[in-house]
Amino acid sequence: MPADPSLSRVGIDVGVGLAESRQARFSVADYARAVVQDKITLLAVVFLVFLALFSVGAEILAPFPPTGLNLADRMLPPGAIGSKGAFYLLGTDELGRDLFSRLIYGARVSVSVGVLGAVVSCALGVTTGLTAGYFGGLYEDIIMRLVDGMLSLPSLLVALFVLFVLGGGYVNLILVFSVLHWMVFCRLSRGLALDARSATYVQAARTLGASRLRIVFRHILPNVMAPIIVLFTLEIAILILSEASLSFLGFGVQPPDPSWGLMIADGREHIRSAWWLVTFPGLAIFLTALSLNLVANWVRAVTDPVQRWRWLTGH
Amino acid sequence: MTPLVSIDGLRVEFPAVGGTVVAVRHVDLEIRPGEVLCIVGESGSGKSVTSLALMQLTRFSGGQVAGGNLTFVCRDGEGLDLRAVDESRMRQIRGNEIGMVFQEPMAALNPAYTIGWQLAEGLMTHRGLSKREARERSLELLNRVRIPDPERRLKQYPHELSGGMCQRVVIAMALACEPRLLIADEPTTALDVTVQAEILALIDRLRRETGAAVLLITHDMAVVAQMADRVAVMHGGELVETGSVRQIILQPRHAYTRALLAAVPKIGEMARRSAPARMKIPGAEDRDGIDTPLHAGEQRILEVENLTKRFPVRGGLFGRTIANVHAVEDVTFHVQETETLAMVGESGSGKSTVGRCLLRLDDPDAGEIRFRGQDLVPLSRPAMRDRFRDLQMIFQDPYGSLNPQMCVLDQIAEPIRNYGLERGSALEDRVADLLDRVRMPRQFLRRYPSELSGGQRQRVAIARALAVNPGFIVADEAVSSLDVSIQAQVLNLMMDLQADLGLSYLFISHDMAVVERVAHRVAVMFRGRIVEIGRRSDIFEDPRHSYTRTLLAAVPTMDPADRISHRETDARVLHTPIHPSGYDPGPSRYEEVSPGHFLLQDSVQ
Repeated sequence: MPADPSLSRVGIDVGVGLAESRQARFSVADYARAVVQDKITLLAVVFLVFLALFSVGAEILAPFPPTGLNLADRMLPPGAIGSKGAFYLLGTDELGRDLFSRLIYGARVSVSVGVLGAVVSCALGVTTGLTAGYFGGLYEDIIMRLVDGMLSLPSLLVALFVLFVLGGGYVNLILVFSVLHWMVFCRLSRGLALDARSATYVQAARTLGASRLRIVFRHILPNVMAPIIVLFTLEIAILILSEASLSFLGFGVQPPDPSWGLMIADGREHIRSAWWLVTFPGLAIFLTALSLNLVANWVRAVTDPVQRWRWLTGH
Repeated sequence: MTPLVSIDGLRVEFPAVGGTVVAVRHVDLEIRPGEVLCIVGESGSGKSVTSLALMQLTRFSGGQVAGGNLTFVCRDGEGLDLRAVDESRMRQIRGNEIGMVFQEPMAALNPAYTIGWQLAEGLMTHRGLSKREARERSLELLNRVRIPDPERRLKQYPHELSGGMCQRVVIAMALACEPRLLIADEPTTALDVTVQAEILALIDRLRRETGAAVLLITHDMAVVAQMADRVAVMHGGELVETGSVRQIILQPRHAYTRALLAAVPKIGEMARRSAPARMKIPGAEDRDGIDTPLHAGEQRILEVENLTKRFPVRGGLFGRTIANVHAVEDVTFHVQETETLAMVGESGSGKSTVGRCLLRLDDPDAGEIRFRGQDLVPLSRPAMRDRFRDLQMIFQDPYGSLNPQMCVLDQIAEPIRNYGLERGSALEDRVADLLDRVRMPRQFLRRYPSELSGGQRQRVAIARALAVNPGFIVADEAVSSLDVSIQAQVLNLMMDLQADLGLSYLFISHDMAVVERVAHRVAVMFRGRIVEIGRRSDIFEDPRHSYTRTLLAAVPTMDPADRISHRETDARVLHTPIHPSGYDPGPSRYEEVSPGHFLLQDSVQ
């Protein structure tokens, strides 16, 4: 029986059409359900959650201290029982340190360098990029030429040189990464701001008396977060890989602190006799980067207003 | 006569969060050979979905035909159940037996290929013509849709043609294989009113020549009156009334059809009235009897003198300015207190640029804009920011003008916060008051723009503009993207606010019938200049400029007996006013034909 489209329905425009019902807000539960339904992304998320847990709770979760020497249990293969009955899940290295514990402590270093480096370069790049794109003029020219110049530097060589002069170590590593990686965020944000500058809501904000900084950070930024989050996720993966490379080359984290790159460097000499020393740190780096890429891809899909409803409604 | 298309109990569903949305239900329709069936309804009524279901195109947007029968009689006389045919057979039917014309002609053409290539493509796939034959047939088709200089058009790309010209090409493509049914989904909505009249006349002639049936989907009752043999009215996914065009327009039976018809402003209704009048909405209680007379004040709130705005066209090796688009050329007008000055014209006439210049969203090249006696043109950005407390704007697109990431409360509070007018609970009270003013329930405070309909969004935009108590509001096509019934409500709201708060409006619009309702005075713009300005009665009852007359004549009337379709013309080639840099087109000179009624001396152009 067709409903009677009475006059009152004509009179009040509360009807929400098909287009609107699709664009409705999605709750956290909707996103959670979508992750659970997508098996591969779920695996990646689970891996990253465990990685985060182990990084934070390394002292509690690691069975051995990371620098605890035990020369009696040198070079034991994965699953071996040590001289005092200790169980080494992933074996030991040439100084008898438990590989699993070192991986856990190494995760803390690698992940925090990646995340902090990405946070600092993202903050730097997004601030300069959005303001350059929205303000324009000489300011934009200076910023963008600086970006062009810095992007044409061979970043690994610059990192090696700077770390050689300043010395390696945790803080310097993050600083060098921030200086060498903000440009990507800057370019992306500038493009987004240029696009948003002509959007009607930004023009409207001008006529409503919003200051230029308010327009940039209160009006433009929230609307361009999605691509920035995707880049941020990918950038963490890139930085973890860079940290591994630099530590491998001896310019990053200094021994005896564990880092995945450093562990590979140390294990390299024993690659014939003790394959696990290189394999497990390598696997950790690979899986972390892969998971971050998968999650970034998923974020890109669910934040795309055209694709989003497909993912979130399970069709 | 056996119907060409029978739709029986159609039901279409779309997936949505937590279930499905039924877009169309219980729809029974027939299209007979050679007739024009109009499906009319507002957005969300399911009229487009019905036609997409017929073409089996809903699946591409996730929709599913969940019930009913769709029968189409093919050229060989066989009745096909469209739900049962496979995709490859359907491709043969689409384009070959059923042609389609969409709303956005620019979007329907592929920008990367020439017109000739796109026309020939369909002919070669469906008809197996050789390249040479396809070219000849393309030329013939372009002649048929009366595009001047067809040889040259074949080599042009879509962006080189105007919107009306593109729509003619799309129609030529749809007709290329002589379909038995032409589906036209809002074919003139994106076009100017004079071009709309041309395109409707073209469709009407082609239908008579080819004998194809036409399914015309529209929201515009005037288009229905002009084109239809039979009409189907849809509302909320259901069919509310079907009948002959005379029956629907002259003796509508269903309450919804009556409401829809009443909400349409009809040109000429306002003859011999001096003040604007509220729109009639049956069922809704009228505030003060029939209408609220609004008389303009004496003082001039805004005076614009010799306003000129040119946009540079860059070219050459170093991006020098080689030419200028003369968007606004020596425009002079004023607006009185509590007055509405309507600025009408077609796209590209410069009317929106005038509005943007007033708020300095575009910086004028020359001229003065005196607002309450102060010239705005030399003001710095911070000084201009202060003026925004008195001078506000409502934008055309309510979907674009609200920040999608802010809830209604924050949207309306934005100017109050920016100027530090109120804070804390006083701020929330003020926002709630404003929401009452635009007659929206307070529960909407926490909603986001994506959860509002078009009319609600425009109400929020109005509330936001009112938040700083401005005296003057520029309304740039503020109601043109809204459905008619909602348009009527928003217009009434704007007129009520004018009476209550003493607002002045610059009402920029292309819709002559709406302008006749709301304006005290009217300025007609054409190619950057005001060609005629005067009181509303001067412009509507005594138009002097040929362009004003063309504009008025192109407005379709609601009378099925008075069709303008016989006035068919060739596609006009529009000249955008682009001149080489340094060119001075000369000042605008006016003749005062009666007190306050000025006419541009055309020798200038």
